[in-house]
Amino acid sequence: MNMILPSSVLATPNGTTRPQIRIVIVGHVDHGKSTLVGRLLHETGSLPEGKLEMLKAVSARRGMPFEWSFLLDALQTERDQGITIDTTQIRFRTRSRDVVLIDAPGHAEFLRNMITGASQADGAVLIIDALEGVRDQTRRHGYLLHLLGIKQVAVVVNKMDRVDFSAERFKEISDEISSHLIGLGVTPSAVIPISARDGDGVAERTPRISWYQGPSVVEALDALEPARPLEQLALRLPVQAIYKFDDRRIVAGRIESGSLSAGDEIVIMPAGKIAKIKTVESWPVTPVNGSHGAGRSVGITLDRELFIERGDVIAHAGATPRDTRRIRARIFWLHDKPLAKGEQILIRLGTRESRAQVVAIEKAVDPGELSNEETKSIARNHVGEIDISLAQPVAADPYQDNPRTGRLVIEVNGRIAGGGLVLSVDAGQRAVPIDIVPVESALRPEERSARYHHNGAVIWLTGLPGSGKSTLARALERRLFSRSGSPILLDGDTLRAGLNNDLGFSPQDRSENIRRLAEVATHLARNGHIAIVAAVSPAIADRAVARRIADTAFREIHVAAPAEVCESRDPKGHYAKARAGTLPSFTGITNDYQAPLECELRLDTSTRTVADATDAIERMLAETGVLFDELVDLAANI
Amino acid sequence: MHLLNKESGGHGLQPAAFNQASSAPKILAHGQLPPPSMDHLDELEAQSIYILREAFARLKKLALLWSLGKDSNVMIWLARKAFFGRVPFPALHVDTGKKFAEMYAFRDRFGKEWELDLKIEPCPPIDAVDPTLPPAARSAARKTEGLKWALTKYGFDGLIAGIRRDEEATRAKERVFSPRGIEGGWDVRDQPPEFWDHFNASPPQGAHLRIHPILHWTEADIWAYTKRENIPIIPLYLSKDGKRYRSLGDQDITNPVASTASSIDEILTELDGTKVPERAGRALDHETEDAFERLRVAGYL
Repeated sequence: MNMILPSSVLATPNGTTRPQIRIVIVGHVDHGKSTLVGRLLHETGSLPEGKLEMLKAVSARRGMPFEWSFLLDALQTERDQGITIDTTQIRFRTRSRDVVLIDAPGHAEFLRNMITGASQADGAVLIIDALEGVRDQTRRHGYLLHLLGIKQVAVVVNKMDRVDFSAERFKEISDEISSHLIGLGVTPSAVIPISARDGDGVAERTPRISWYQGPSVVEALDALEPARPLEQLALRLPVQAIYKFDDRRIVAGRIESGSLSAGDEIVIMPAGKIAKIKTVESWPVTPVNGSHGAGRSVGITLDRELFIERGDVIAHAGATPRDTRRIRARIFWLHDKPLAKGEQILIRLGTRESRAQVVAIEKAVDPGELSNEETKSIARNHVGEIDISLAQPVAADPYQDNPRTGRLVIEVNGRIAGGGLVLSVDAGQRAVPIDIVPVESALRPEERSARYHHNGAVIWLTGLPGSGKSTLARALERRLFSRSGSPILLDGDTLRAGLNNDLGFSPQDRSENIRRLAEVATHLARNGHIAIVAAVSPAIADRAVARRIADTAFREIHVAAPAEVCESRDPKGHYAKARAGTLPSFTGITNDYQAPLECELRLDTSTRTVADATDAIERMLAETGVLFDELVDLAANI
Repeated sequence: MHLLNKESGGHGLQPAAFNQASSAPKILAHGQLPPPSMDHLDELEAQSIYILREAFARLKKLALLWSLGKDSNVMIWLARKAFFGRVPFPALHVDTGKKFAEMYAFRDRFGKEWELDLKIEPCPPIDAVDPTLPPAARSAARKTEGLKWALTKYGFDGLIAGIRRDEEATRAKERVFSPRGIEGGWDVRDQPPEFWDHFNASPPQGAHLRIHPILHWTEADIWAYTKRENIPIIPLYLSKDGKRYRSLGDQDITNPVASTASSIDEILTELDGTKVPERAGRALDHETEDAFERLRVAGYL
C-alpha cells in the first residue's frame, strides 16, 4: 500500500532528521483496531488518492455501512468475515516523526500473527471497547507485549459513543487495565477515551470528551520513543557464516550490541577461544577502519586460523556471554500441540541452533485468565517458564543483560512454535545428555507396591541443625521397615562424604547438593522405595527444585524445634564450633534458614516424643496415598 | 518515508542513469571512518544483508529473481555487499518476452558487468493460463507458470524476490521467509509466526520458500539508496515527453504516469507530494477487488 504524503518537514535522503517509530495496535477482536488505523490515516491526511471511494464501493458491495477496516484487511477472506487475519503494516507521518503502524489481529486463533506483527514494534497501542471492557484477549495481548519486551504502551478506550462518553465508565476501565499492566511491569504512557469511528480523541479532544485532559492518540504516538540504541552494551556478534570466496576467510554476522574495530581482542564463545580482529571487510571498498556499532552487518578477518562456526558469538575479552547447557526461559507457546515436560525441541538462540529437552515447566498459564497454573505442559497461546537442557553448549545472556541475545525461539518440525526471554543461564552446570536412553525397570510399579504395601515417595525432612531430622528419619525408617516396607535413608552429611564430596557450602554448591539428593531420592521413589531425606536445605528455592524433580512423590516435613532448643541439643557439636568461629557457613546461628510456607506436615520436636512424631508422619503418609493398610485394598483393585 | 531534503539535495552524487553507471562507485574512501551511528538507509541495508546471509546459510539451492526493475537491482547490489562483491547464487530472469527493449539491454549489459550467473527462463503461452482470470492478470499469470517451470527444472528451494510491503496491500501481509506449497501456492490463512529475525527456513520436500530481503523498504527508500550507492537504472524511470514509468512490467500491461522528474532527486521530490499509488500504472492490480490476491495465492510475486 502506497502512503506517500505531503509534509511540512522534509527528511534528508538518509532520513536522519525524522525519527521512525514502529507502533503495533493490539487488543481484543472487534474492539476496533483496524478502524482506529483507518481513522488515524484519515485524520493525518494520509489516505492515498481514490482509497476513500474504493472503501465506500467495497463496503456497499457487501451491504455494510462504511467500513474503515477494509483499508487494511486486504485479503478477501478478511473482508468477508470482517476480521483481521494477518498482520499488516502501513505508514504515515505525524508532526514530529514517521510512523509505521502495525495492525495485529485480535482473534485468538491468529495470535501467531499478532506476535509476528508486535515483535517488530517499538511501542504499542492497546485498544479496549468501552462497552465490553477488558476481555481475555486484552489481557493476553498485554501480557505478550511484556514478553516481547515492549515497555511503551498507550491504552485507548474505544467506542466511547456507545457509552454516552461516560467519564465513570472510562475510569472503571482505565483503573482495571492500568493495574493489570503495572502488575506485568508495564506502565501505560496514557489512557485515552476515543471514538475511532467518529474521530473523538484520535487527533483532538472533542467537546464530547471535554472531561478528559490527557493527550490525543496522535499526541501519544508522538511521545513514544524509538528503540533504545544497543551500542552501549557489551559486544555481541553472532556468527552467521564463514565465507571463503577468495583468499580471505571472512567471518560474517550482524552486530547485535556494542561495537568493534580492527585490532580488538576478542573471545569466541562458547568455546572461549581468543583472537584479534585483523580487518573489517566490506564492498565495494575494503577494508574499512573505524568503529562499527550495533545493527551493522559486518565481515571480519581474524589474526589466526581457528575453528569457528555459525552459531558462535564473538565478544570482547572480559565481557563475554556465559556458556551453558541449561537455560531458564519465560515463553509463549503457539503450536497446536501443548509443550510438555520431557519433550525434544529445537532452540534458536541468535544464529545458534541446538537440540534441547524441556526438563521442567512452571507457571504455565493462559495469559488471558492468569489463573489455574500448570506444571505439566504449556497449551497453545499460553505462557509459562521452562528449564531447557541443551544438547550442546551455547553462548547466552539473560534478557536483563542483553535484550537482543537474551531471547530465543523454539521450533517444532521445522516451524517456529514459540519464543521467549532468557531469565537465567546456569553457567557450567551439566545438563542431561540428550542421547542417554534410560533403561526401564523390569518390574512393574504394582509388583513393588504389592510387596511393600506402599507407593514410592520422597520424604523430605527440613529444619535447623539439631531440630531432630536424623532422629526422626531413623525412627521412620525403622517403623516402615517393620511393616515390611522398603525405606532408604539419605542423610545429607552421608552423601556429602561420597557422592557430593566435590561440593562446598557456597549457595551454588548447596543448591547442587540439594539437586543431587533430590535426583537420587526420586530415582528410588520411582522404583517403589520410600526415600527419607534428612537435610537442613535452608533455601525455599532449593526445596522447590527438589519438589519439581520428585513431582507428586514429594512429601515435605518441617522439623520445627525452636532455635534455642536446637542449639542446646547440638548433637554434632556444630553450634559450639560455629560460636567459636571455626565453622563458617553454618546454618543455625545466623538467620538464613527459610522455613517452609507450605508443607505436607509440620512437627515441633520440642513438644512431642519421637514415637508420637513418627505416628504423625505415618498418618500423613496414609492420608496422602503413600501407605495403604492391607492387601485387601489391592485386592479390590484386581 | 525518507525523502530528499530540498535544501541539501543538490550536493554530492550525480543521479545514476544507465549511461553513466560505473561498476566501482565510491561510497567510502579507503580507510575513511564510517558514521558513528547508522542512518535510516544504513539500517535498511544491514537488515537486508542479514536476511540474505540467513537465506544463504539455511537453504540449499537459492536463486535471486531479477525482474530488471529498480527493486531487484537494489537487491542484487545488497547481495553483492552481503557476499563481498559476487552474488553466490544464480540470478533468474523469468522472461515473458514482452519487456521493454531498454530492459533487455540493461539485462545483457549488467548481467555480465556484475558477473551474475544469469539464467533466463521463458514463460508458457497465454493459453496455458487460468482463463477465469481477468485479461491483465491472466497475462501476468504467465510469469507464475514460468516460475513453476524454472523451479522444477533447477530444483530451487529458495527464491529471493524483491517485493515490498508498501507496494500493495497483500504484500504488506507477507513474511520475510514465506513458505510456498508444493504447487507454489501461498497459504495466506496459515502463515507461520516469524519474529526477532528468526525465520522459518525448512520448506517441506518439493516445496520452496520465498525470501523477501527488501520487504521493509519503501519506494522512496529504493530511490534514495539507488542514488547514494550510484546503482545503475533503466532510463524508462526518468521523465521523457512529460511521462515516466514508476514501475516496470510487461509492455502491454504497464502504463507510464505523467511526470517531469528527470533525475532521482526529482523523483524523490515528486514522491514526497504524490498520493497516487506506485502500482497505479499496473493494470493487473485494478481489474477486480481480489485479482491480485488470487494471483499471489497461486504463486505470483
